[in-house]
Amino acid sequence: MKQVLGDRKSILILIGPALLVYTLVMLVPVVWSLGYTLFEGNAIIGFQFVGLDNFARMLTDARVHEALWFTIRYAIVITIGQVFFGYLLSLLYVFVLKKSSGIIRTLAFFPVVLPTVAVALMFQKMFEVAPQNGLVNEFLNLLGLESVDWFGNSGSAFLVIAIMDIWRSMGFYGVLLYAGLVDIPEDVLESARIDGASGWRLVRHIVLPLSLPVLLSSIIFSINGTLKVFDSILALTNGGPGTSTSPLTIYMFQTSFTYGEYGYGSSIALLLTLLCLVVTVFIFRSSRRDLTKG
Amino acid sequence: MRKLPTTIIVALLLIIEIYPLVWLLLGSFKTNREFLEEPVWSLPSSFNFDNYVDAWTTGNIAQYATNSIIAVFPALFFMLVMGTAAGFALEVMVWKGRNGVLLAFLTGIMVPGQMILLPLFTVYFQTGLSGTLWPLIITYTATGLPLTVFMMATYFRSVPREVFEASTLDGATILRSFFSVGLPMIKNAIFTVALVQFFFIWNDLLIALTFTNSTDLRTIQVGLLNFNGEYGSTNYGPLFAAICINVFGTLAIYLFLNQRVQKGLTAGSVKG
Repeated sequence: MKQVLGDRKSILILIGPALLVYTLVMLVPVVWSLGYTLFEGNAIIGFQFVGLDNFARMLTDARVHEALWFTIRYAIVITIGQVFFGYLLSLLYVFVLKKSSGIIRTLAFFPVVLPTVAVALMFQKMFEVAPQNGLVNEFLNLLGLESVDWFGNSGSAFLVIAIMDIWRSMGFYGVLLYAGLVDIPEDVLESARIDGASGWRLVRHIVLPLSLPVLLSSIIFSINGTLKVFDSILALTNGGPGTSTSPLTIYMFQTSFTYGEYGYGSSIALLLTLLCLVVTVFIFRSSRRDLTKG
Repeated sequence: MRKLPTTIIVALLLIIEIYPLVWLLLGSFKTNREFLEEPVWSLPSSFNFDNYVDAWTTGNIAQYATNSIIAVFPALFFMLVMGTAAGFALEVMVWKGRNGVLLAFLTGIMVPGQMILLPLFTVYFQTGLSGTLWPLIITYTATGLPLTVFMMATYFRSVPREVFEASTLDGATILRSFFSVGLPMIKNAIFTVALVQFFFIWNDLLIALTFTNSTDLRTIQVGLLNFNGEYGSTNYGPLFAAICINVFGTLAIYLFLNQRVQKGLTAGSVKG
């Protein structure tokens, strides 16, 4: 038995191809990319060793600071937004709609599967001001308000990005958190109700603490995704106006492919990777500590 | 007693989720004159498919969709075959170092795509693969592997070990157990993973944008992005039609398989 389950040749046949492809196309490039951070140039004009110059440059590059700051701001705002609205949705499913929430869940999940580029272009047209007013400005006019050039300054452009990405993802977090909420034993809720807890108090003291684990994994998942945001912003604002809504991912892409600076692009990619790693480890650790305490 | 607020909340939710899509669909039937002269919520005067024909043919959406299909399905196939086999080897079989290998796959879920783009770009350029769709197929296969391997290992964990022990006692080699016992038992799981990965790859922009340098290689997402640049500011109808093709095509798959998509996407993501 043991011999068959541990047969070396079979193991190699089964896991060999996956391991090989994964190593060649992901692990090796990651290490290779680390190597690039010490060079300047690109595949076409050749490379030149520059040591730690790329990192020194990052420290003083105003665009890196702007992109890093935007990435962090975006991650915080969108994470709070999508988990908050997702949680509201899940509460709606479990406590208000109860058994009949199926259809609403299906409909609210729509935006999750839609291609990001298509959604972004749709929002672009919805918030447009010229050559014709989009849906939103037309609505503002109807209320007697002036049209707003949403993509004209960084504040309102950020707002549109936030609205779009929360619209896109809240149905996802709704279903995710819903799965956590339905796991709460009915008798716990029942006894709390008998003790007189209802509405907000029930949520605050019973539901929220009991759904904390799934909330935390949602937050980790959300931050991990939002730090890597690329498609939606590229298609919606292309990082503009100017460079004011460019996250690290877009700046990395431009440095590498528009300006052909592989070394510097890799350094920015490394910064992003480290950011993802640190944030995830940090949240994971603090959440574990809190859970054992509580 | 609390019926009314509930109804209002649900109605509001439906408007937020559905109205933009309805507006998009209506827009796809409008002529350019209707776009510029009539209010945005007016209905199109007629439901003709001129915009769709324009987008599909002169706008090249047909070509882009074909490219997407050529890139996505082989990648899905390779990813599933390798991922399922690897998941089996990692979960069912007993060997030294399997935890380390599983961990190596898992770290792949966290790494941002940007980290591997440049080396891959260099290699594809030097090996002359750049002018084909192979870079997409290869990259999608590899980037999809971590999640696939992990999900497959999880599914194999839920199959009782006795099943494989029994087939071994009956004299089957482990490869035979994998093909005739393991695979059929997780058929549904494979389908779910395929669905999840399909949405990820089909909707990808970053990898497709990096490795498709010529017009006739563009995938549907890259095509749509460029479509906006070329037609979007002057020709609203075809743009709306192009977005609609993208949106309602995906939506059709989702509606058809909705429970499975919801479960698969959430399961796949949280564990990652």
